[in-house]
Amino acid sequence: MTQINVRVDGGSYSDDVEPRTLLVHYLREQLGKVGTVVGCDTSNCGACTVHLDGESVKSCTVLAVQADGSEVTTIEGIADGATLHPMQKAFHEQHGLQCGYCTPGMIMASIDLVKNNPNPTEHEIREGIEGNLCRCTGYQNIVKAVQQAAGEMSSTGTHAVETTGAQA
Amino acid sequence: MTITEDPSTTTPEAPAKEVGSARLRKEDARLITGKTTWTDNMVLPGMLYMSVMRSPVAHATISNLDVSAAKDRPNVVAVYTGADFADEQGSIPCAWPVTPDMVNPGHPSIAVDSVNHVGEAVAIVIARSRTAAVDAVEAIDVDYEPLPVVLDMEEAVKDGSALVHDHTESNTSYHFVFDAGEAGTGTDTDAAFDGAEVVVSRRFVQQRLIPAFMEPRSVVVGVQGDNFTLWSATQIPHILRVMAALTTGIPEHKLRVIAPDVGGGFGGKLQVNPEEILALLVARRLGKPIKWTETRSESLMTAHHGRDQIQFIDIASDAAGHVKGLRVRLLADMGAYLRLITPGVPALGAFMFPGIYKFPAYRFECDGVFTNKVPTDAYRGAGRPEATFAIERIMDELAVELSMDPMELRRKNWINAEEFPFTTVAGLSYDSGDYEQATQAALELLGYDELRAEQKQRRDSNDPVQLGIGISTFTEMCGLAPSRVLGSLAFGAGGWEQASIRMLPTGKVEVITGSTPHGQGHETAWSQIAADQLGVPFEDIEVLHGDTAISSRGLDTYGSRSLVVGGTAVVKAAEKVVAKARKIAAHLLEASEDDLEFSGGKFSVKGTPGAGLGIQEIALAIFAAHDYPEGIEPSIDAEAAFDPTNFSFPHGTHLCAMEVDTETGFVKIRKYACVDDIGNIVNPIIVEGQVHGGLAQGISQALYEEAIYDADGNLTTGTFVDYLVPSAMDLPHFDTGNTTHAATDNPLGAKGVGEAGCIASTPAVVNAALDAVRHLGVSDIRMPLTPERVWRAIHEGGDGGDRVAAGSNAYGGAATTESGYEEAK
Repeated sequence: MTQINVRVDGGSYSDDVEPRTLLVHYLREQLGKVGTVVGCDTSNCGACTVHLDGESVKSCTVLAVQADGSEVTTIEGIADGATLHPMQKAFHEQHGLQCGYCTPGMIMASIDLVKNNPNPTEHEIREGIEGNLCRCTGYQNIVKAVQQAAGEMSSTGTHAVETTGAQA
Repeated sequence: MTITEDPSTTTPEAPAKEVGSARLRKEDARLITGKTTWTDNMVLPGMLYMSVMRSPVAHATISNLDVSAAKDRPNVVAVYTGADFADEQGSIPCAWPVTPDMVNPGHPSIAVDSVNHVGEAVAIVIARSRTAAVDAVEAIDVDYEPLPVVLDMEEAVKDGSALVHDHTESNTSYHFVFDAGEAGTGTDTDAAFDGAEVVVSRRFVQQRLIPAFMEPRSVVVGVQGDNFTLWSATQIPHILRVMAALTTGIPEHKLRVIAPDVGGGFGGKLQVNPEEILALLVARRLGKPIKWTETRSESLMTAHHGRDQIQFIDIASDAAGHVKGLRVRLLADMGAYLRLITPGVPALGAFMFPGIYKFPAYRFECDGVFTNKVPTDAYRGAGRPEATFAIERIMDELAVELSMDPMELRRKNWINAEEFPFTTVAGLSYDSGDYEQATQAALELLGYDELRAEQKQRRDSNDPVQLGIGISTFTEMCGLAPSRVLGSLAFGAGGWEQASIRMLPTGKVEVITGSTPHGQGHETAWSQIAADQLGVPFEDIEVLHGDTAISSRGLDTYGSRSLVVGGTAVVKAAEKVVAKARKIAAHLLEASEDDLEFSGGKFSVKGTPGAGLGIQEIALAIFAAHDYPEGIEPSIDAEAAFDPTNFSFPHGTHLCAMEVDTETGFVKIRKYACVDDIGNIVNPIIVEGQVHGGLAQGISQALYEEAIYDADGNLTTGTFVDYLVPSAMDLPHFDTGNTTHAATDNPLGAKGVGEAGCIASTPAVVNAALDAVRHLGVSDIRMPLTPERVWRAIHEGGDGGDRVAAGSNAYGGAATTESGYEEAK
């Protein structure tokens, strides 16, 4: 067992973990952060995407011990109280989800995409979320959602908040 | 784009306030914030974890199985083999014996002495943690005595073939025939072919697909004395409850099944899974809660697959292109066992091969064939995509043979708008539609004329990138299903659906549906329906589902049935609520019931607008029950079951423009346009989403997906690295539209939309690719249209599928473009 100290969605945690524990399993099984889900075992689907120190990562390809001393943001930590993150709002308003299983990862990946490219074209969005699989939507409404959120995020300066990872 | 017919064809009583509006989905609130209830989220006190050891070989007897080392691993509570459950595991149920003499070899949840496909359960470890269980599986020692592996259906049905099950006489499970001549719905098929001026025969391969829902299957069993609660990522909590009770012997009233948030299904979770049965058996034996969650690799390997047919199609016509007969013979791969509706999937398609065309003669035959592969079963469309592919592909082949424009050939033969309702050669009564109108709209949406001009220009200039346009004018059979029809087809259940409405004292409303969603948006759409029917605000309605203790009756979600059947049940329940409330209102308003009108949620006396009583106020009044008429019960709650009298038949025209690089074989969808007629629309946003998702899966069958087994029966597409679920980069923008011809057999006028895109799109895509390279001598390309197959078809002839067929796929070295009906015998 190895001790790690990690901040997740604004809360501080100190835990003993098996060195082989994946970050996603630590989040789900030890912290109860079950909003982040597992969709595959080969890092293809991206359902487990979270932000590690402000960067999008597939939490099935990160060991929990690698997150020691880091700031992790999950789908459960991006809304500001009752106010949805613009990306969450856009997925809702553009019907960018159906079953919703890929949605946490898709939203987290999209936030990072827009952070790096505040005004992406349709092609750039499709390329940017290529590592996240959705079986329900055919992606068209996800693309629309990311476009809408990109517009709102640039006008509200949401990127700055994301890059510091300072979610409450 | 929406084209709406004369309003006289829509339901007159629909106030169209909520129904028809683009309501954003209620269910999103928890899904976009991570406040979800996936089965794998569930943790119960003292819960144990199950991990399954799976067979690495496709066909063998188990000669030695030693679990002692696994039992000694830390935190392992128990290790079980098939021998431990042989007397109580029963058989995974098959609800659809399609013929009286169908052979069902039985399907153990865990192998007892032999294995019949890679991935079959051989032993299970129960441990205190997920990791301890997985680790201990590694310590199990098994020896297998190999048996001949049966993979190729065309070989499997020959006399003398090795057998999948040594206690059966052959690998053929059943021979199902529908003959329109014998049924009295058409003329003699052989006679139609004997006299035909033109006959075209083709052999098409419907490759094996994997539903690949995003949420892996997961099961949790809770134990409360002699009561059990089964949480499962299932489409069918109600059917699962009945079947699990019958299989395990747990009395039905002692078993509660809950489908919490379920992450997609597409037919793949329309199943009674071996692991669900095993988790129940272990929980019963140990008296402890059990959890099993599959890995993605387990899912691809062991959850049921879909499609997998070899189709021999013959079409007869006169020289002018009037079709005279259609003959279909299928080999349908069952896999190693029959699961819930494995044999019925091809039979569901049996009646849809004639499509939208007026065939005078039709004969359908299907052999269900056992192979050493995971069983097939429902996958989005289930039988109807296969049928639509065959008819829309063969219509193009006939057009080529006749040197006729493929749309002209279709027009010449399709059912005209004024001919509805139309009884087809398969005996179905198509409810409504206008194929010409949808086609015209789709042609405009695509920009057909411009693309045809560009195609000609590219052809003339010998451009290495050729352009093709593919057509699919389809219909499908939705709203499963009239119970009596299911009975006549020997299906093991009815097709009704149930709804109940609870009017709460504060005026809030609970709508309980037996149709269980897994992404379709029932909570939103059912709220819209109930809001209109009851005149209460959309926000005041909560839709409950997926728990057999709450939703006592139901037949769940599949076959584009939820809105058509389940939505109608909500309408019927609401009508009862209003009728009961009317009596209370009359009493409290001191008026005759006949003098009351109900509008906008309020009863008022005719001619005296303003005064009145709201139905939400009546809910409180009847909760108090201090003042209500004699002779009635103090409740305005109601429930209703709706059994449709017919299917519904959405239709549409799908057009695909495809660029084919003749030098590399790379295909790229240039534009995809479709116009679907799904009857009246309750929520246009949800509808468009359903169409998009269906298109993605149908296009993906054409271009990307295939479950491939090697010559030893190993699934070589067992991870998301190898099985290509398309990403956003792999799919085009979709241009979609609707025409509206209300369904005639339900009060909503809805036809169903869940499967339309998936059923229609596959042949449009393949026809488009062929249209691009037909002049190069290509007449078929095996799906999926990988660059290699396309290149080989262009440069080496055949359908491009030979390497895979000969080297690793299940279909042996069978010829691919010749053959036809006779050779298949």
